[in-house]
Amino acid sequence: MNEYKLIADHLIYEYNKGSAQARKALDDVSFVLRGGEFVGLIGHTGSGKSTLVQHLVALLKPDSGTIYYEGADIFEKDYNRKALRGKVGLVFQYPEYQLFEETVLSEVSYGPKNMGMDKKDAELAAYAAIKRVGLEDECFDQSPFDLSGGQKRRVAIASVLAMNPEILVLDEPTAGLDPAGRTELLDMITELKETEGITIVLVSHSMDDVAEVANRIIVMDKGKIVYDAEPVEVFRHTAELEAMGLAAPQMSYVLRDLKAAGIDVNVDAITLKAAKEEILRALA
Amino acid sequence: MIRDITLGQYYQADSVIHRLDPRTKLVGTMVYLVSLFIFTGPWVFVTAASFLLLCVFLSRVPFSYMLKGLKPILFILMFTLVINMLFTKGTVLFSWWKFTITEEGLKQAGAMGFRLVLLILGSNLMTLTTTPTRLTNAMEHLMRPLKLIRVPVHEIAMMMSIALRFIPILLEETDRIMKAQLARGADFESGNLIKKTKSLVPVLIPLFISAFRRANDLAMAMEARCYHGGKGRTQYKPLKYKGRDFVAYFMVIIYLAGVILIGKFL
Ligand SMILES: Nc1ncnc2c1ncn2[C@@H]1O[C@H](COP(=O)(O)OP(=O)(O)O)[C@@H](O)[C@H]1O
Ligand SMILES: [Mg+2]
Repeated sequence: MNEYKLIADHLIYEYNKGSAQARKALDDVSFVLRGGEFVGLIGHTGSGKSTLVQHLVALLKPDSGTIYYEGADIFEKDYNRKALRGKVGLVFQYPEYQLFEETVLSEVSYGPKNMGMDKKDAELAAYAAIKRVGLEDECFDQSPFDLSGGQKRRVAIASVLAMNPEILVLDEPTAGLDPAGRTELLDMITELKETEGITIVLVSHSMDDVAEVANRIIVMDKGKIVYDAEPVEVFRHTAELEAMGLAAPQMSYVLRDLKAAGIDVNVDAITLKAAKEEILRALA
Repeated sequence: MIRDITLGQYYQADSVIHRLDPRTKLVGTMVYLVSLFIFTGPWVFVTAASFLLLCVFLSRVPFSYMLKGLKPILFILMFTLVINMLFTKGTVLFSWWKFTITEEGLKQAGAMGFRLVLLILGSNLMTLTTTPTRLTNAMEHLMRPLKLIRVPVHEIAMMMSIALRFIPILLEETDRIMKAQLARGADFESGNLIKKTKSLVPVLIPLFISAFRRANDLAMAMEARCYHGGKGRTQYKPLKYKGRDFVAYFMVIIYLAGVILIGKFL
C-alpha cells in the first residue's frame, strides 16, 4: 500500500467567487500526510487553516487541484465521502456548539450510527471514545449541555473519535480553554497518537501549542504553505515567523537570550523539558 | 449554497445611490414596485427596465451580482411562466396533445416574468445599497404618524433592524453547523422526506440554542448600556435630506409620469 495516507495536490480555493469580496483562501497548497505523523498546522488568523482542513474531508471542493486519500481521488464523482469522514475525523473549531442530544452517550454515538453501525455497536464505540477522552463515568447519562466548557469540548472530540478515524484533524482545539484545560487537552491528544497510532493534524495559531507535541510543522500564510519541516527547522526562521504575525515558542526566546548573555546553550531545544535540561547542562 | 441569498445583504461601494437618504430609496422603490403592477404593455416594461438599469449603473453594483439575486426565485419564475403560458385562453398559436399555447398566454407570461424579475431586482437594489440599520431608520421615520394611534413604531423598527442584522449571522452559523454534522457522518440528502426532515434535527437544535444565546447576550448588552425603548432617544446620525435626494425624488416623479403617459397612450 501507499506510504502516503493523504496527498493534497495543488489546491486552490476562493470564497465568494466573482464578487467584490473574492480572495484566494488557498493558493496552490500541496503536502502529504504519512501514517502515524503528528503535524502541527500553524498560521495567523485568516491564513486559510480552517479552509484547508475542510478540504481534507471534502466539505469544500477546491476550484482546482485535488486530494487523494489512500490513492483514491476524494472529489471523484462516485467516491464515498461519507465513509471518508469516518476515516478522516474533523473536529471543528468550538465543536461544543454542535451538540444536540439529550445524553452524552447518545451524542457520541451519533457519528458511529451515521457510519452504519447498529445501536449496540455504536454505543460500544461511543463508550470507548468517551473513556479515551478521559471523561468520568458519571457523564454518560448527563445532558451534554450541563457539562463544563472543557468537558463539552471533550464530548465533541469523542463524538468524532467514536467513528475510529485513522487521521484525526482538530481545528484550534485549545481555543478559549484555560491554561490547565489546554495542557490536559494537548496531553490527551498526544496520548491518542502514542498509544493508538492515530495520525494527528493539530491546527493552531500558537507555536507553544504545537512545539511540544508535533513532529512536523506546516506554516501557512495568506493561503500558501510557507514552511513544512521539523519544528527545529521551522523555528530557526523566527524573524520570518514574526513578520507573519506568529512567534517562535517562548522557550526558543529564553534560550536565545541566554546565549546572547554568554551562556553556551543549544538554541534548538524547544520543548520545556529539553530546554530545562539544556540550561542545567550549560550551568553545570 | 446558503450564501447565494443576497436579500438583506449590503454591497459595499461608494456611489450616489448608496449615499441617497434611505427614505428616498424606500419611497422610490415602493413607487417603482407599484408602477410595475398598475401599468402593462411592452413600452411600460421597456421604460421600467431602463430606469432600473440606470439605477444599477449608478449604484456600481456589478450586474452579475444583481443577477445572482434572481437565483432563489428561478423556480417560481419558471412555474409562473409555464402556468401562464398553458392556461390562458385565447387565440391558439400552437397546440400539441393536451397543451395549447395562445397568443394571450404568451403575452401574459411575458408580462408576469418581466414583473417578477424587475420586482426582485428593484427591491434587491435597495437592500444592496442600503445598510439594514439605515433602512429600518427610514421605516421608523416614515411610520412616525402611526405613533398617534399608539403603534410602537420605534420598537418595531428596532426588532426589524436586529432581525435583519442577524440573518447573515444565522445563515453563516447554519452553514457551519451543517458542515460540523456532515463531518460526523450526517447525510442531509438521501432518503425520503421524513428521513430528510429528521436529519435536520442535529442542525436545528444547535442553531436554536445559539440563537437564544445570542439574543440573551444582546439583551444584556443593551440593558448594560441603558437601553429603555424609544422615548426620549436621540440619534447619532439623524436622517437629513440633501440636494441629491430632491433630484432623486424629481426623477422618480418623472419616471412615474412617463409610465402613466406611456401606459395610457401607447
Ligand atoms: N465562509 C466564508 N465565507 C467567505 N470567506 C471566508 C469564509 N471562511 C473563511 N473566509 C475567508 O477565507 C480566509 C481564510 O479563512 P480561514 O480558513 O477561516 O482561516 P484560519 O482558519 O486560518 O483563521 C479569510 O480571509 C477568511 O476571511
Ligand atoms: Mg480557523
